[in-house]
This record gives sequence, structure tokens and C-alpha cells, in this order.
Amino acid sequence: MFGRRAFAVVLAPIAFFTACTSDSNTQETTTLNVYAASSLATPFELAGLAFEKAHPGVNVQFNLGASSDLARFVEEGAPADIFASADIANMDKVESEELLDTPPIIFATNYLEIVVEKGNPLNILSLQDLTNSDLIFITTNPDVPIGRYTTEVFKKAGITIAPDSFENNVKSIMLKVAGGEADAGIVYHSEVVAADGEVDGVEIPSDFNILAEYPIGIISTSDNKELARGFIDFLLSPDGRAILSQHGFGLL
Amino acid sequence: MSQVRRHRQKLPWQIILIASIAVAFFLSPFIGLLWRTPWSKFTDIVTRREIRDALWLSVQTSLITSIVCFVFGVPLAWLLARVDFRGRRFIRALMTLSMVLPPVIGGIALLFTFGRRGLIGQYLDSWFGIRLPFTTTAVVMAQCFVAMPFLVLTVEAALRQLDTRFEDVARTLGGSRWYVFRRVTLPSIKPSLFAGLVLAWARALGEFGATITFAGNLPGTTQTMPLATYAALDSNPESALILSLLMIAIAFSILIALRDRWLGRTEQGLPL
Repeated sequence: MFGRRAFAVVLAPIAFFTACTSDSNTQETTTLNVYAASSLATPFELAGLAFEKAHPGVNVQFNLGASSDLARFVEEGAPADIFASADIANMDKVESEELLDTPPIIFATNYLEIVVEKGNPLNILSLQDLTNSDLIFITTNPDVPIGRYTTEVFKKAGITIAPDSFENNVKSIMLKVAGGEADAGIVYHSEVVAADGEVDGVEIPSDFNILAEYPIGIISTSDNKELARGFIDFLLSPDGRAILSQHGFGLL
Repeated sequence: MSQVRRHRQKLPWQIILIASIAVAFFLSPFIGLLWRTPWSKFTDIVTRREIRDALWLSVQTSLITSIVCFVFGVPLAWLLARVDFRGRRFIRALMTLSMVLPPVIGGIALLFTFGRRGLIGQYLDSWFGIRLPFTTTAVVMAQCFVAMPFLVLTVEAALRQLDTRFEDVARTLGGSRWYVFRRVTLPSIKPSLFAGLVLAWARALGEFGATITFAGNLPGTTQTMPLATYAALDSNPESALILSLLMIAIAFSILIALRDRWLGRTEQGLPL
């Protein structure tokens, strides 16, 4: 009695998902695997939707994460068609393994801001204010682009800060600052724009700021190079550029 | 032993083949790891300060977690096994839930409960000035959250199987309830208690998701071995390999060392 019911409970979702996948198979969809820095999440998802609409039968699948993680996945042979990094260094890693079809193109830029909780309760107004040791300042590992940029900013400003945590990626910094668990972090301007009022951004003077360049490239092992080129062309088109700039990215 | 051999039949080769594939699947990753390990750099990497810090932190936190799991888990297991109360099934389901839940989800739940703006954390902060995230305490909490169910469910199963007559006799001989629990009940379930503790400890030692989500990642304070291994994967893959190997060696040697004590006894039945 119990056995049969349990069997049905286990089987039902399996049957459901199998039905779903076989359904999409009959339409012969092509999947474009885009590995993108987590800071690109929102504009890329929108661009993906627009691209799918313009190309019926194409499914744009994103793998979003720290550029350093993604670069490692690509090096280990993950089935990526496109890699978009938040810095040159991680793209260089992939390029030096001869995994790029063509030299990468810089398609967007970003700059940094201090991110604080909504309303800026601690009244953090400058990089110097971050040196207060009572303050919980978080960043990422120095191999994640935002972590390295943060180190560069502090070096330019001539201050030293001992972070309270090295998070996985920029989204994790945002989550913890927005939730009030951490007091401050340094993130991309586009992240503050994407948070849509959930956090406050504090400007970093241009003398200490950096210009983050986002390179994109087609992976040499891709089976969908034409399609991949199409997606990159879309990002460089007026429509694609509009999406990027709406989300706080700079254009070249 | 000889009896077993006499009854042994010729096994169907299909089963042996399929089982061998399963064995190969579990064995090959370890061989892969050993194959890539840069042995020449072993001592150099293991003696690095950040590695020693992570190792020491892991040992400390996982042992504290084991003690906390023992102190709180055994009474809970006893309650679940012996007392028929409303909500007992709910509590048991809750234990199983945190066992099967992805630890990252546990970490998010802990963050929104004990974090500075969390359900309980906001009062800890405003009344006592206690802030848990990014502290070693948070590491222990994250480990307890994922590890305690292993102890509770193991000990509960043992308590249910236990013949309560021994306890009854001890009671009629004048032992207080607390005395009987300590001197009769606990010693009778020693092998399971041990097994539960080892399982909980191993789970705590390997905990990653809940820790990085709730406690963050700071060398010396919250960066345990699994977190250090993950961090090293980007900057220094060789360290990551050696750290992985170290974790396997620690877990493996403890399991081997304990095997005789705990498996040996359960095979013979309860040591009464």
C-alpha cells in the first residue's frame, strides 16, 4: 500500500520533467550557452530574451558566476559558446589556453561605488570612512574581478582595510549589504543601479576609481559559432547597447 | 565464517559488472585527485600559515559542534524515541528536512534568522550587542544546523530498539530517572551514540554551503578547510589539491580508527 503510493510520488515529477524536455526536443531547439560574469546578469537575461524572440528555436542558457569560476569551467572543458568576463585577466587566462575563436571584444565598461545599506545609517561618505575597524566591510577573493578592483582602489587611495569576509562573488556582497548583515562593500555602479533603491551607492572619486572593461569572446570548441556571433552582434547593436546602458553599464 | 562460505552461490556476472561500475565511479575521483597532486610541494603547502589556520579552525569548530550536538541532540533523540507528544512527527520531519536540504539554503535561513536584521538576530544585536555573522560562533551554528540531525536520528533509532526492561529494573532498584538515563540508557546505546557523533563530526568538518553563506569567509576566523580549498582553487590549484587530499586523509583515518570500536560492537549486537 505504502510502496505503490511512494512509487507514484517519486515517479510523477520524473514523468513531468521528461514530458517537458521531450516536448522542447521535438521543436529542435538550439541552445546557446553563455557564461557571463554575475554583474551582467540582468542585462544579459533581457538581451537573451530579445535574442530568442528574434531567433525562434534558439534557447539562450546563462551560466552566471564569478568570472574566475567561469574561466576555470571553460578551461576544464565546460560546454560554453560565449564567455563574457568582468575583467581582462580572466579572459586572458582563457585566451592563453587557446580557447577563444577570435580575439575578445570589449563591449561594456563599469566603474566602482561603495555600497551601503539603504539610507546610509552609518553615514559613510568616503573611502576614508571605510577604515573604521568597527565597520563590517566585505569583498571577494582577489581572483574574482571585483575583489581585485577593490584592492586596486585602496592602493590608489593609499589606505589599508582588513575585510571581514571574502565572499564568492559580487552578488553575495550585494545580498549581505542590502540585508544589513554587512555595513559596506565596493561593487560595480551597475549593481547599485540594478538594486533599484534597495541599497545606497556612495561615489568613489575618479582619481581612485577604476574602469572595469568587460571583454566577450566565442569559445573555440563551440558548435554554434554563427549563433554566438549573432548574440555578440546583438549586444553591440543599438538595441543591445540600450539594454546595457539602462542597467548602468558604460559603452565604448 | 565457514558457514557463509559453504552457502555461497555463484553470483550472476551481470550484477558483479554493474556493481563494479559503481565502485569504479566512487574510486576514480580519488585516483584522479592523487594523479594531479603535486607531491613535491606537499610539505611546503601544508606548512603555510593560512592552511594551518584553516586546519586548526576546522578541527576546533567541528569538535565544538560535536559536543554541542551531543549535549542538545541526545535529549532530543530521547524525547523523540520515548515520549508520545503532539508534534513529534513534525520534529522528526524537521530533522530530516535539514538533512536533505542543500546547506546553502540552511545558510540563507540562518542569515535571515540570526543575522543582524534577522528575526532573532535583531534583538541579539539591540539588546545584547551580539552580532553572529562573520564570527566563529556562526561557523559552529552553521555546522550544528547541518550535522545535528545525523546524531539525533541515529541515537533515536537506537533508543527505540532498546529493551526498556533494563531501565525499568534500574528504576525499581531505586535509581532516579536522571541516574538511570546516565548509567543505564546511555551506556546501552554507546555504539550508536558513537556512530552518531562520528557522522555529525564528519558532516561538520566538510560543511561548506551554510558556512560561507551565514558565517562568510575570513582566514583565521571563519575560513574552514573546505572554504580554504574553494578559495585556493582560483589562485592556487595546487594548494586546492593538497588541501582536498588532507581532508580525505583526516576523514579516512578517523573512520578507520573508529571502525573497530563501533562496527565491531554493532555486529555482535548491543553490549549488554
